[in-house]
Amino acid sequence: MAKEDYEVVMGLEIHAELSTKTKIFCSCPTDFGGEPNTHCCPVCMAMPGTLPVLNEKVVEYAVKAGIAMNCDIAENSKNDRKNYFYPDLPKSYQISQFDMPLCKNGYIEIETKDGKKKIGITRIHFEEDAGKLNHDEYGGGSFVDLNRAGVPLIEIVSEPDIRGAEEADIYLKKVKSILEYIEVSDCKMQEGSLRADVNVSVRKKGDNKLGTRTEMKNMNSFRAIQNAVAYEVKRQIDILESGGKVEQETLRWDELQGETISMRDKEDAQDYRYFPEPDLALIHISKEYVEEIKRNMPELPESRKNRYISYYNLPEYDANILTSTKYFSNLFEGALEVCNNPKAVSNWIMSDIIGILNEKEINADKIPFTAKDLGELICLIDKGTISTSIAKKVLLEMFDTSEKPNKIIEKNGWVQISDEGAIIEVVNKILAANPQSISDYKAGKDRALGFLIGQAMKETKGKANPGMLNKMFLEELNKQ
Amino acid sequence: MNVSREEIIHMANLADLNLSEEEIQKYTKDMEDILAFANEINKVNTDNLDESITANERYNILRKDEVKEFEDKDALLQNAPSQKNGMFHIPKMI
Repeated sequence: MAKEDYEVVMGLEIHAELSTKTKIFCSCPTDFGGEPNTHCCPVCMAMPGTLPVLNEKVVEYAVKAGIAMNCDIAENSKNDRKNYFYPDLPKSYQISQFDMPLCKNGYIEIETKDGKKKIGITRIHFEEDAGKLNHDEYGGGSFVDLNRAGVPLIEIVSEPDIRGAEEADIYLKKVKSILEYIEVSDCKMQEGSLRADVNVSVRKKGDNKLGTRTEMKNMNSFRAIQNAVAYEVKRQIDILESGGKVEQETLRWDELQGETISMRDKEDAQDYRYFPEPDLALIHISKEYVEEIKRNMPELPESRKNRYISYYNLPEYDANILTSTKYFSNLFEGALEVCNNPKAVSNWIMSDIIGILNEKEINADKIPFTAKDLGELICLIDKGTISTSIAKKVLLEMFDTSEKPNKIIEKNGWVQISDEGAIIEVVNKILAANPQSISDYKAGKDRALGFLIGQAMKETKGKANPGMLNKMFLEELNKQ
Repeated sequence: MNVSREEIIHMANLADLNLSEEEIQKYTKDMEDILAFANEINKVNTDNLDESITANERYNILRKDEVKEFEDKDALLQNAPSQKNGMFHIPKMI
């Protein structure tokens, strides 16, 4: 059988670090970086006799995530111990949630190439992160830094509803965008604050039974997930095609080698011996509490998108891109407050800003100017102070210097020339220098006009008002 | 309560312990005794009681999300058998 006869079935477990100020069970700061073991205390270092106390924001953020992903919020919930030995886990157990997670039975909607699709969310629970091991920096051995130990996480477990790497990518981006909108996580993949365990299996198309799955842990880039899934799918199909059986196992994706590597043999099948955490009290979530959080929820991307389509008349494609992250969406809405020209603001974000971000390889959260600056820039075009081509130069400078558009224009002397006398002078100069274009125009070649305007723009370093140039060239040409 | 030899070996593996044959015998017996002791509680009649999930019925013991730095940082690594650059130094783990 060929590859096309197989269907890929995937489920994702996404870990997102919550953006609380303090750790989940102690008052240590959660800031990323910092000298090793400086964001620690006896609680997160698991000194004997210490006791955890749950951070109220962790509950609030997890409930927020649950509501945003259409989950049932449990009235009663508790913590459990997940037991395993690893030196980055000082207590030798992780406080997590087992059989009574805070949120269950949700879903989110994603846009696939075949239209809208619901991906089920099995559960969302909260837990503590582990520390970090450093290797070989100072000679032999490993070195334990517990700054990250005890940073709160939520784990978002999807149903096996995802069909292939492309859908996984869309799903992960959607989850990231939701978590950013509701401001419960920074979702910085490069800092490890968003990472995913990816479950993959294949089955023959039409089969209802799931194939044996393998799990790839701690994937922290979109590209790695794409590559790893592609590799793993091919590996599993090859095994099945040659009459073999896929073993259920945990794999590690080796980005350099481009292959998956088995992490544990199955003899050692995971047995976490979960039991209720005796050091923590139960969690009771009242209906009023849930309602209160619902009332204060920021507007979600789906709702913003619909508003952009119906209220601002933007095409769905544009609305999708503008709402793909809160940074674009906030930029759009903030610019509109200054400059009420939704289509223009949208176009500037969609083409110029996204283009520059891609070229400079920076993320949307690192845009160095404010939404108000962008609005003012677009207003200056609308008012005729600068031309579009000058505005593009101003935007580039805004990226480089974070300066206000007005200041950049003033500094460079970029104000548009709209003075009739000045423009007619340029028009006549260009016409005199290009007799061939005049005869071309007379002979019906409209392209000649575009060439002349282009020359005039060049002559004025892009500062001439293009509308006026057009009008005056036509007038002068028709006189000749 | 029967505890199998395999279960003892499995538990020992999970705890990173190497047990001798004698120890396996001894712990099998010990574990059976422990389970038998704990099983006593199953004799209590609970027909008319609600199910409970904890011995402590208090709930929502929470703290505010306010940073309080631990002052005595040097003390945190004081008992580490080996340390370097503020980190616990341990045998190589990969």
